[in-house]
Amino acid sequence: MDKKNFKAWLYLLPAILFLGLFLVYPLIDVFIYSFEEGYNFASQTYYGVGPYNYSYVLHDTYFLQAVKNTFLLVIITVPVSTGLALLISVGLSSIKPLRELYQTIYFLPYVTNTLAVGLVFMILFQKTEYTDGLVNLFINWFGGESVDFIDGPYWAKMFVLCFYTVWVVLPFKILILTSALASVNQDYYKAAKVDGTSRLRIFTRITLPMISPMIFYLVITGFIGAFKAYSDAVALFGTDLNAAGMNTIVGYVYDMLYGDSGGYPSYASAAAIILFAIVLTITCINLLVSKKHVHYS
Amino acid sequence: MEKHIDYEKIEKSARLGRNIRKVLVYALLTFWAVIVLFPFYWMILTSVKSYGSYNAEHVPTFYTLAPTMENYLDAFTAVPLARYLGNTVLFAVITTAIMVVVITLAAFAFARLKFRGRNLLFTLFLSLMMIPNELVIITNFVTVTNMDLRNTFTGLILPSVTSVFYIYLLKENFEQVPDELYRAAKVDGTSDLKYLCRVLIPICKPTLITIVILKIIECWNSYVWPRLITDDPNYYLVSNGIQEIRENGFGRENIPAMMAAVVVISLPLIILFLLFRKKIMEGVSRGGTKG
Amino acid sequence: MKIVLENLRKTFPNRNKKVREDVVAVDNFSFEIPDGELVGLLGPSGCGKSTTLNLICGLEKPTAGKIFFGDEEVTRLPPENRGVGMVFQNYALYPHLTVKQNILFPLQNLKGKDKLSKEEMEKRMTEAAGLVQIDELLERRPSELSGGQQQRVAIARALVKMPRVLLLDEPLSNLDARLRLQTREEIRKIQRATGITTVFVTHDQEEAMSISDRIVVMSRGVIQQIGKPQEVYDNPVNLFVAKFLGTPPINVFEGAVRGETVYIGEDAVLPAKGVPDQEIYLGIRPEGFLLQEDGPLHCSLGGVEVMGRDISIVCTHKCAPGTQIRAIIGAENAVDTACPTARFAVKPNKAFLFARDTEERIRPED
Repeated sequence: MDKKNFKAWLYLLPAILFLGLFLVYPLIDVFIYSFEEGYNFASQTYYGVGPYNYSYVLHDTYFLQAVKNTFLLVIITVPVSTGLALLISVGLSSIKPLRELYQTIYFLPYVTNTLAVGLVFMILFQKTEYTDGLVNLFINWFGGESVDFIDGPYWAKMFVLCFYTVWVVLPFKILILTSALASVNQDYYKAAKVDGTSRLRIFTRITLPMISPMIFYLVITGFIGAFKAYSDAVALFGTDLNAAGMNTIVGYVYDMLYGDSGGYPSYASAAAIILFAIVLTITCINLLVSKKHVHYS
Repeated sequence: MEKHIDYEKIEKSARLGRNIRKVLVYALLTFWAVIVLFPFYWMILTSVKSYGSYNAEHVPTFYTLAPTMENYLDAFTAVPLARYLGNTVLFAVITTAIMVVVITLAAFAFARLKFRGRNLLFTLFLSLMMIPNELVIITNFVTVTNMDLRNTFTGLILPSVTSVFYIYLLKENFEQVPDELYRAAKVDGTSDLKYLCRVLIPICKPTLITIVILKIIECWNSYVWPRLITDDPNYYLVSNGIQEIRENGFGRENIPAMMAAVVVISLPLIILFLLFRKKIMEGVSRGGTKG
Repeated sequence: MKIVLENLRKTFPNRNKKVREDVVAVDNFSFEIPDGELVGLLGPSGCGKSTTLNLICGLEKPTAGKIFFGDEEVTRLPPENRGVGMVFQNYALYPHLTVKQNILFPLQNLKGKDKLSKEEMEKRMTEAAGLVQIDELLERRPSELSGGQQQRVAIARALVKMPRVLLLDEPLSNLDARLRLQTREEIRKIQRATGITTVFVTHDQEEAMSISDRIVVMSRGVIQQIGKPQEVYDNPVNLFVAKFLGTPPINVFEGAVRGETVYIGEDAVLPAKGVPDQEIYLGIRPEGFLLQEDGPLHCSLGGVEVMGRDISIVCTHKCAPGTQIRAIIGAENAVDTACPTARFAVKPNKAFLFARDTEERIRPED
């Protein structure tokens, strides 16, 4: 190896070292962990190799609850947030005065601490002995019954979780879609206008196909992000998510690893790999679907 | 003549339609703006209500006539909020500083130096971007525990000092600097490192600043890793700090004080955002996801 | 369809917000385009020609003035109700639709009593495609077409709804030189075949002259001259028009009229009957020079460029500071390049006088 090569590797050394230790090695190791049966964290010993960890995880009611919660969250928030972001972006693109102000406001949730603002949402939705909370006040105004969204029925808790998730992910989607809309050549709209195209038709036949790659990008990243939901749930329901019945798959992984129920890296690994397999499958399906419907110029 | 009136009508209805649409659009935008802003308003409002008056409200009120700063005092004295903030600043600054050095060196090697296996290695790097954090965090937890680095800053910082994405971003930027500059520097006898520091880094400063800001935001909001790796409140960052405050801090019901802490935690990033609004939004749209 | 523009004026708010005054894009624009003509709007960039096109199209509304199509006023009518077809500079073909879908697009917009049956649409589409000879490309997407083919698709899309008026914005600017020649003939042919009144915008004077029935020369939002291309070339009304038309451009000398004679420096080059004594500009077309041993105009010879059919003599003159004089003469003339001075006579019908202050044309009596 000559001097030139050596120097280049020297520049790369820190990056390779860190990536190797904290990204490549763990990636291999997690598969090994997931097949080591009866791994003991304290003594770092195990007594067998096999698929038992997977079987344990798949039969764990907490895991099944987490899977159900996560899927519900994904199925609800991805379409809702993408649709809402599209609606808002189209609205934003059609106005001139105040546009920057709105854009700035909409981006705020992106730069806030999920845990901290989650606390505010908790207070807004919570019903305690002292007060029914602000959201219930609104519900009462419209003649509804007070509901405890934080410690109450499952659908109410799911609603808050979805609502908060949408609130958190929307800034990114609005940002991406507004810049996608702005990059569409104005001549297309002029041409359509000269041809007397109705607004709806302009939107469905021109705007949507033109920004479809970006929408698709958002759907994919949205799916991946929602499957990894965790800190939003912690912010709303506290660290003991299993007790609240609102755990997510990622939450299950961390609970297995650490905390009161922790100390089982093997189970955690198996759960993480199952999650990864799910995400990979869904992403592949997304890619197949997009081939048919997305226009890439 | 009749035709003439017809056009007036067409124009009138078009204008009416336009106005109705405008009102609807503004209504929608304002509605969502209120939903976005309301939690912020509520946390500030609650943080200036006194403990007594907040708990006396069976029906929440939308304003207060007797604002108090007492809660902020509580937030800094009753719980170690200042320590959490200090820890987070330290964590964010050190992590970002080390990361900038590591990625700059790597990006420079990929962008300018010629060595065997460069393309292969870069492809490998790119493929690392697809590895989800959740998959590797388990082993990292075990590694750091075994190295006896739990409840230390080293343990907190180490796993997040590289980012393949930022290497990629910076490499692209470095490559936009014309080759001629590099050759000219070589002719003048400039060393690679000097060229990197004196020429490339100043030219690519905007991208570096964007990366620094995004990384600081990421550090400020990181929750999972600090939570796993620290159980000594002396090493808590703001995210697990606020969780700690919520569960064991002021006693569960002192919500105004909690909100004061939330305001204090949220403020630095909001200020950062308002200062660097354009840079942050541009950087995020180039490929940041909330992580 | 005859198009009448009456005192059109269009102003835009100034981009520089500190300046209160609006920017005038088009001012006092009056012009009548006879039915079935091909008219070229010609001018340097920023002269308001595109704005004029957008006003005719309806994409922009005039600040003042009126527009008629035939006897019908369309000033405030939205573009879709005007029956115009427009071809954009970059063609604006929808990249995600095939050629066929692109051409069908305007027809599918029709509603109510104008709505067409599927067969009717197909028929109209085939006709339009046939007219521009793209029958074989119907299933392709715009990205798979060459620039010239895209241009034709764009024209087909504009023609398919049988517009009363066809508008083309810089139709040739995105094509390479060879295609440009071919395409401009094509446009001419299609326009003749359909008989649709057509207005196109260009900054290329050669393009405008070669195919237009009539050209409108514009500068800074104001019409300078309207006429048949040859008329305008032979008879420019002011220095701007004279300079803008013709390649190589007209040669401009600073001169004076003294005693009904035009002087350039000390050389008395032309008679100017009935013109009072004054400072003037004299414009001489490159083909307006005659190489003569005793010619009145003395120029310092710079060089000779051989172009085959013609030769081009490059000279300088102290009354045309900072520019080169270019004279084009037949190749049969022999030029003595050793001699430092070239002497020319000037053809009176190729030389124009302009007032020094207003730059307006001064016409001597015959």
